[in-house]
Amino acid sequence: MTGGSSALDAGAAGGLSEVPPGPPPESRLANALAASHVGDRAYTVVTTAFAAFVPLLLILIGVAIIVAAWPAISTFGLGFITSSEWDVRAGKFGAAPALFGTIVSSIIALALATPFALGSAIFLSEFAPNWLKQPVGFLVDLLAAIPSVVYGLWGIFVLVPLLREHVMPFFRDTLHLGSTPFFSGPAYGPSMLAAGVLLAVMVLPYISAVSREVLRAVPRAQREAALALGATKWEMIRDAVIPAAKSGIVGGIILGLGRALGETMAVTMVIGNRPEISASLLAPGYSMASLIANEFSEATNDMHVAALMAVGALLFLITIVVNAIARWLVWSVSMKGEK
Amino acid sequence: MKHWKLVAAAALLAACSSEGSNATSDSANPGSSAGSNATLTGAGATFPYPIYSKWFSDYATETGVKINYQSIGSGGGIRQVQEQTVDFGATDAPMTNEEMAKAKGGAVLHFPTVLGADVITYNLPGLTSRLRLTGPVLADIFLGRVTKWNAPAIAALNPGVNLPNTDILVVHRSDGSGTTYIFTSYLTAVSPAWRAGPGAGKEVAWPVGLGGKGNEGVAGQVKQTPGSIGYVELAYAKQNGLAYALMQNAAGQFVEPTLASITAAAGAIADTLTDNSDYRVSIINPNGASAYPISSMTWLLVYENQTDAAKGRALVDFLRWAYEKGQPAASALDYAPLPDKMRAKLVTRLSSIKLPAGA
Amino acid sequence: MSKSPGFFSAESNRKRRAAANGVMVTLTYVAAAVATLPLIFILFHLIKLGATSINPDFFIRMPQPVGEAGGGMANAIVGTLILISIAAAMGLPIGIGAGLYLADRKGSRLANVVRFLSDVMNGLPSIVMGIFAWELLVVPIGHFSALAGGVALGAMMIPLVTRTTEEMIATVPNTLREAALALGYQKWRTSLGVVLRTAMPGIVTGALVAVARVAGETAPLLFTAFGNHFWSTSLDKPIAALPLQIFTYAISPYDEWHSLAWAGALVLIAMVLVISIAARYVTRSRYGVAAD
Repeated sequence: MTGGSSALDAGAAGGLSEVPPGPPPESRLANALAASHVGDRAYTVVTTAFAAFVPLLLILIGVAIIVAAWPAISTFGLGFITSSEWDVRAGKFGAAPALFGTIVSSIIALALATPFALGSAIFLSEFAPNWLKQPVGFLVDLLAAIPSVVYGLWGIFVLVPLLREHVMPFFRDTLHLGSTPFFSGPAYGPSMLAAGVLLAVMVLPYISAVSREVLRAVPRAQREAALALGATKWEMIRDAVIPAAKSGIVGGIILGLGRALGETMAVTMVIGNRPEISASLLAPGYSMASLIANEFSEATNDMHVAALMAVGALLFLITIVVNAIARWLVWSVSMKGEK
Repeated sequence: MKHWKLVAAAALLAACSSEGSNATSDSANPGSSAGSNATLTGAGATFPYPIYSKWFSDYATETGVKINYQSIGSGGGIRQVQEQTVDFGATDAPMTNEEMAKAKGGAVLHFPTVLGADVITYNLPGLTSRLRLTGPVLADIFLGRVTKWNAPAIAALNPGVNLPNTDILVVHRSDGSGTTYIFTSYLTAVSPAWRAGPGAGKEVAWPVGLGGKGNEGVAGQVKQTPGSIGYVELAYAKQNGLAYALMQNAAGQFVEPTLASITAAAGAIADTLTDNSDYRVSIINPNGASAYPISSMTWLLVYENQTDAAKGRALVDFLRWAYEKGQPAASALDYAPLPDKMRAKLVTRLSSIKLPAGA
Repeated sequence: MSKSPGFFSAESNRKRRAAANGVMVTLTYVAAAVATLPLIFILFHLIKLGATSINPDFFIRMPQPVGEAGGGMANAIVGTLILISIAAAMGLPIGIGAGLYLADRKGSRLANVVRFLSDVMNGLPSIVMGIFAWELLVVPIGHFSALAGGVALGAMMIPLVTRTTEEMIATVPNTLREAALALGYQKWRTSLGVVLRTAMPGIVTGALVAVARVAGETAPLLFTAFGNHFWSTSLDKPIAALPLQIFTYAISPYDEWHSLAWAGALVLIAMVLVISIAARYVTRSRYGVAAD
């Protein structure tokens, strides 16, 4: 330790005078000298290996699933995504109903959650008195900590009966929407609507948390300038704060979308498990994740397993793309904010 | 503070792994005393789950052999057996020749355990008497052709009953199910429209309805949903206080599913079975004035050639116990015991399970 | 000047804007109130329907056959503890190591890739992890096992722990690192002995939060750990788990099982909440700093 340290001192001390924020700049000399020590080298190797493990794991997951799905992909090709026939006996597999269900339930979830998530985020960042900020923010964030199966449990015994006995008859009969395709058919209870509402509760905290962060990142100067020009509080938010935070908010919404797309247990317990495309919100449906969860342990022939793996591969790809977009949007806002 | 957490976690892990090597059996050494610590894993039908659950619990108390059974549906049981990821399977739909050919461990033997019935359960709180249905009308309900409870077809069968003017909410299975196989085999037998359409199978393309997972899922849905109708094994309807319908059998009689009527359905079978029958027989829609038309045997699936001496021994012993001592528990749970003659033949048949040396 | 203001006059304009302001501000209050409702609703039902089944039996006894009362979830509780131990054994070292790398080499290309992919992986559906673990650990071995379940959960923990570790380390002032280096510490000693140690409370919190998150996961366990009605602690056999058991009981028709499901959910939530509250408490001061 004594031998190398004086050189290290020199290297470190030499760099200290111009230290910008961030880890200390490592001059090549200091780097080389440091790395030459066994301990440092071992440390670097181990941490780099562990870090490299992350992308490797992701690639491994993707490869394993796609390889297992290959028999189905090669047999059905793109028709897999467009065909609505999921007939195990006949060996015909089409993921369209599950894909439809996943997308529609997620869109319902976003449509319901976004106003409340954004509203509460604005409330927390602009209006809430300090003593209220922590508890309310905490309560909203806690929604994200509840396990999916508990949401499903609550969904089965509280939400679905509520929908079946009060909400659905209200839309179908009281508002006479029963004749429109969106509210047609019997009110089973477990349905696309039930899944959408439950998902809305589940994604609300994500949209809210991200929105809060990006709203907070808007510089105070923006707000003060707007107010100085005579804007009301609401106008300030609408014209000065939100536009600056816009891409971050959109990123948060897309993050919520990513969560909704992949939710399994809660959706399985309330969506009705029916592989069919229907325009009615009251009709039971299916989602990709639920399809896999329900049928995987009992797929009796290899093509069935491959088809389920193909659904898994589809889900994997879609969620990666959506999450990547969300990540990029949110990241670009926070980077802008930092500059 | 952080240190004691780590220590506690390490201690927990150590405790668990040492407990693991003691508590669960070492079924890998043959010659250990007749499976007194053996554990078996099985999976399959939800149809017989109430009776199997009772049997496994009683058997564990009596002999110490633990049988872990997951009721994931007949389809799942068959697959697990084919893949040899379990020690035995359970199904209410006999394996097809194709399925048997895919079994990785060779020939699979079907051992019937009890007789049960698919009952048509419904949730109509206002009804004071049992609903009466015929096969063709039932098929029309599940085809989506009859959509309201007070439809003429149903009202005609139930004169004087106050049927509500509400939608019929159909519930079926979402998983690969022997119960579905029994039900759709019946519909295929009695309804040309059903035969031409979805047909019989463990999974079919259901024209209408909600999917429930397992007999439990369907019973749960029907219980929660007023106006719903579904098909479940008798024990599930009884255990949950669900009403079930009287079905018209081939002789034209409206029959209630009871021990007697289920046994009557199997009545002729025992005599016709040859000694080398593989027992993959159907008792659906038989002749017989008092027979319930949607009855079935349920089977345990075991490989003819057992590779693990202790487990093979444990399986044979359990089956013998089920045949000799388990039948009274079956009646208590409304599963009809197998006819005596059949049971005797099955006990003899147990010797066709080939155990490796040392068992 | 006329008494009643014209439609486009400054005064009515101001009134209109003030009214709009009032409406919108009220709406945000309403939105916040509504956003807190579901949690209260869910906790209320959990306590109402689950508290009655929480008795010592619940924690000590095993599940009974259907129709017999008095069962418990002892095996599921222990099973969950074993599974999260396996997951932590796998996820924590890799996650903390990767987090260290990200904090050390902030701008390097690998770091950017890892950071991006970690965030993406955090959003991956847990069922995808389940089928991945099935493919890799159940099919070759030939049967379900606690190990497969633990690995599926561990894979989920890695990106979570990586990011929280990196963020916690970033809060350690650079002067600390520089001082250590200036005193002659080697890089690895600085990172591990000084920086990591300082950030430890936050890292432990992040680890606990990740553990709480995977403890509640069901989907990855459906075809890996599989579930077990009997007491089993072996890594090589199927094992019970609290969320799995809750799922099985919830979709069943038996009322006793429903009560057990609510009780199990209450226990699970209590565990998760306690950890989340502890996490909030520990990082509260950091929140305050970042919040300006």
